[in-house]
Amino acid sequence: MKIQRFGRMSAVALVGALALTACGSDNNTTSASGTAGGGGSTANIDCAAGEVQAEGSSAQKNAIELAIKNYQSACAEATLSYNPTGSGAGIKQFIAGQVDFAGSDSVLSDQPEEGVVETEDAAKTCGSPAWNLPMVTGPIAITYNVPGVDKLVLTPDVAAQIFQGRITTWDDPAIAKINQGVKLPGTRISVFFRADESGTTENFTKYLSATAKDLWTADPSKVWSGKGEGKNKSAGVASAVKSTEGGITYAEWSYAVDNKLDIAQIDNGAGPVELNSRTVGKAVDAAKNVGKGHDIRLELDYATKEKGAYPILLVTYEIVCSKGQDEAKTKLTKSFLSYFSSKDGQKSLEAAGYAPLPEEVRTKVSASVDALS
Amino acid sequence: MSGTTGAAPTARRDPFGGGPSDPQGTRKTGRLGDRLFGGAARGAGLLVIAIVVLVGVFLLSRAVPALLDNRANFLTSTEWSVGGESQRFGIATMLWVTVASSVVAMVIAVPLGVSVALFITQYAPTWLARPAAGLVQLLAAVPSIVFGIWGAYVVGPYFEPVQNLLNSVLGWTPLFSDTTVSGSSTILFAGVVLAIMVLPIVTAMSGEIFAQTPTTHREGALALGATKWEMIRTTVLPFGKPGVISAAMLGLGRALGETVAVMIILSALADGTAWSWSLLNGGETFASKIANGAPEFTTPLQTGAYIAAGLVLFVLTFVVNAIARVVINRRKAFTE
Amino acid sequence: MTIVDTGMDTAVQETRDGSARRRLTSGLGPKAAGRRVRDELARVVMWLAFLVALVPLVWILGSVLVKGGHMLFESTWFTHSQRNITSSDVGGGAIHAIQGTLIQGAATALMAVPIGVFTAIYLVEYGRGALARAVSFMVDILTGVPSIVAALFIYAVWVTTFGFQRVGFAVALSLVLLMVPVVVRSTEEMLKLVPNELREASYALGVPKWKTIARIVIPTAFSGIVTGVLLGLARIMGETAPLLILGPYTKNIATNLFSGNMATLPTMINQDRVEALQPALDRVWGAALTLILLILLLNVVGRIIARFGAVRT
Repeated sequence: MKIQRFGRMSAVALVGALALTACGSDNNTTSASGTAGGGGSTANIDCAAGEVQAEGSSAQKNAIELAIKNYQSACAEATLSYNPTGSGAGIKQFIAGQVDFAGSDSVLSDQPEEGVVETEDAAKTCGSPAWNLPMVTGPIAITYNVPGVDKLVLTPDVAAQIFQGRITTWDDPAIAKINQGVKLPGTRISVFFRADESGTTENFTKYLSATAKDLWTADPSKVWSGKGEGKNKSAGVASAVKSTEGGITYAEWSYAVDNKLDIAQIDNGAGPVELNSRTVGKAVDAAKNVGKGHDIRLELDYATKEKGAYPILLVTYEIVCSKGQDEAKTKLTKSFLSYFSSKDGQKSLEAAGYAPLPEEVRTKVSASVDALS
Repeated sequence: MSGTTGAAPTARRDPFGGGPSDPQGTRKTGRLGDRLFGGAARGAGLLVIAIVVLVGVFLLSRAVPALLDNRANFLTSTEWSVGGESQRFGIATMLWVTVASSVVAMVIAVPLGVSVALFITQYAPTWLARPAAGLVQLLAAVPSIVFGIWGAYVVGPYFEPVQNLLNSVLGWTPLFSDTTVSGSSTILFAGVVLAIMVLPIVTAMSGEIFAQTPTTHREGALALGATKWEMIRTTVLPFGKPGVISAAMLGLGRALGETVAVMIILSALADGTAWSWSLLNGGETFASKIANGAPEFTTPLQTGAYIAAGLVLFVLTFVVNAIARVVINRRKAFTE
Repeated sequence: MTIVDTGMDTAVQETRDGSARRRLTSGLGPKAAGRRVRDELARVVMWLAFLVALVPLVWILGSVLVKGGHMLFESTWFTHSQRNITSSDVGGGAIHAIQGTLIQGAATALMAVPIGVFTAIYLVEYGRGALARAVSFMVDILTGVPSIVAALFIYAVWVTTFGFQRVGFAVALSLVLLMVPVVVRSTEEMLKLVPNELREASYALGVPKWKTIARIVIPTAFSGIVTGVLLGLARIMGETAPLLILGPYTKNIATNLFSGNMATLPTMINQDRVEALQPALDRVWGAALTLILLILLLNVVGRIIARFGAVRT
């Protein structure tokens, strides 16, 4: 029957299309140590095979993407996926048993929050305590888009007032006072914030509430407590600032660099500090470990008055089960994280806008990774 | 109403075991086959009922505890602070943003869609009519995420001057007053993109009905000396009115529930931002609020708050779709 | 059948109209000019409306083509995945996402088509009374379920209740909820178009009802049903909201519906859409173009089948 032939033809076409696509290749041979790779040597990776899924912080997306690329280039049998959906989402999916490890900008909280204690819930899912392993440190940049102003200094007080919507134009006397000699336009300030729950927001508000206590009274949280317009993900706020004259936001350094945005210098009281790897390294070195045993929690001194230390930092963690349930997955997770926390792995991140962990912390993290079972 | 066509007589004869001259064999396989086939059909129907009931039960079971726990008025509050010890949430802002953006979309899409439908059915030269209809339908093949990125990154910058103009000329009205939202991340622009998204629906459905205007009516009007436009006004439009209404309703239903495009275009507002009637403001629709919040659903009560919002959206779309269907069916009853 | 006047016809008609008008409305002469102006104005407005409607179409297809067209000519676009490609790297392809979209679409169709077609058969051929009305009503409700709500429902069942992983099959389940009403409604329309004489003739020959439906009714309406299915498929393939909740992205080729992450074109777009780096943006628009072409292909096939295999009455 003629009519049926069409149906059969379309069915054949559909099956054919499926069959045709079933022969793609995963074998992309871009150089593992390309420009972004920063020459990270992958020679001594102890490879494992299988598939592991991770999800969470978008602040570490560029870092972990690079680490995965380097790792997978050396280990063709391994497949790692990282979805940068946000720290809150990462922790949630980790607790729900949906991912093998989570990336998060803040450690699992051991205090009841919204009726849940994250450490307890995670331990329940894992059947063993979950560990926080700091893996990537990076600065949060205050980026802005004001044509003609390529150098801008902000103090915590002024920053707090801008992000609270109390200072509304760029030529406000408060900004002018700390930026003498800079010609500020009368453009309206457009504040952009993260519409999704984000560890970056939490770290940034931690900084503001630690340094501008009187002005920023809201508790630091993953949900934005200031004013402005919300955009999704780090890249969203960064591209919004890029396209909006008078825009300002907070985002990880790499996003500011990618978007070619101007970055404000921060003056905590000891003079303006520019954001670069040296000033970041100085601040990261001062971080203290307050975790117990293999669980590592770094504490930062946001209000540091040390000369030449960039104070707005973010430490992003990988959250893993100390005892995994699936042997193959644990093996791959462990193998990957030990590369990530190795000297080579850390060194390769510099090119992507992150700072390596201080050596003392790094060896601790490596020891913790070795203790995973 | 029209669900039972010619099948009834045979079905009723079945209980009597087929006709007297029915060969034994045929009757047996017929009965078994009928039972299996009919059972499968009935089963599929029941499955659909079961699915919908399950979805409904699930939505209600999640929403009700959250609603009972709510310390703010669900319908009138503009707050949205969920999670934590005491939840306070209301849908007023979302309802406004959802309805406002959809209404903007309708205000643009319905007149435009109807005009295009009239063009295709009444004005276009024969060689152009079919390709023209096809072209407009091409828009329906564009997925909503593509509309989103195209709107936000390509069209947005061009739309900004339009908004600034509206603001400077009509800024004294509450609808176009100043806001803190920059660029084109506004309700108005979301509405414009939604209008483009629903245009193919409105055009296709009203075009279909315009084409069905009885030739006798049209020729009658022309014979009485009406110009073409008068003919359209007196015969085609009145005949097509129910179709246009239901087309608008279906388009509205689509606009209300649209998620990703709106999520990409609109700027969310921080909690506690002052209420504004301005279309140049940002905000979140029901769907974009849920999509933005979905990765973070942690506690049942917090999730319930979002699901309660989802329920309102569900009811809203259902009512709109139901109106569309009633209008279509009534027209069918008249013409048949 | 379509009543479209060519320019010639209209001109002739108008002179005829004119004379008719003169005869009918003698004494109202001055108004004739105003009426003709209004008529012309309406014609201009309609043409303008059509041209205005073309603007977004040309613009959107143009920008997708300009920004993403060259990606389709990359040698690896249809053969390679994004494995080991970071946002700043050039290279790789979209095969992992194309494949994921097709696999999930096929899985969805496999579930939604039987449910939808049988429900439509029930409504048209069997259904009477309260149950049929209930089914029809429920299909209406299902039509109104926003995609994000369908995804939330499946998440609650699949992940929260059963504790399963977010896999391709869960995405397919949520898409089934969206596809079933489309299939039911289009199949219903097609079955109603099958002339009753065919059914009656079959019954008169003593053919049982189920055979009549399976051998006479469905084959007659077959092409229409296939068209409905393809259009439904085209609709759900572009859906993004359920994927945000149920279908985490991966850069690797994945063919297993029941384990691991599976990439799709919408999630591939979503992943990089806010990046500022050119290679990532190129991929976003390339994926967008690929998705549009895929959906278009289904639409075109559907319409061709509809045109050549329409129900013969």
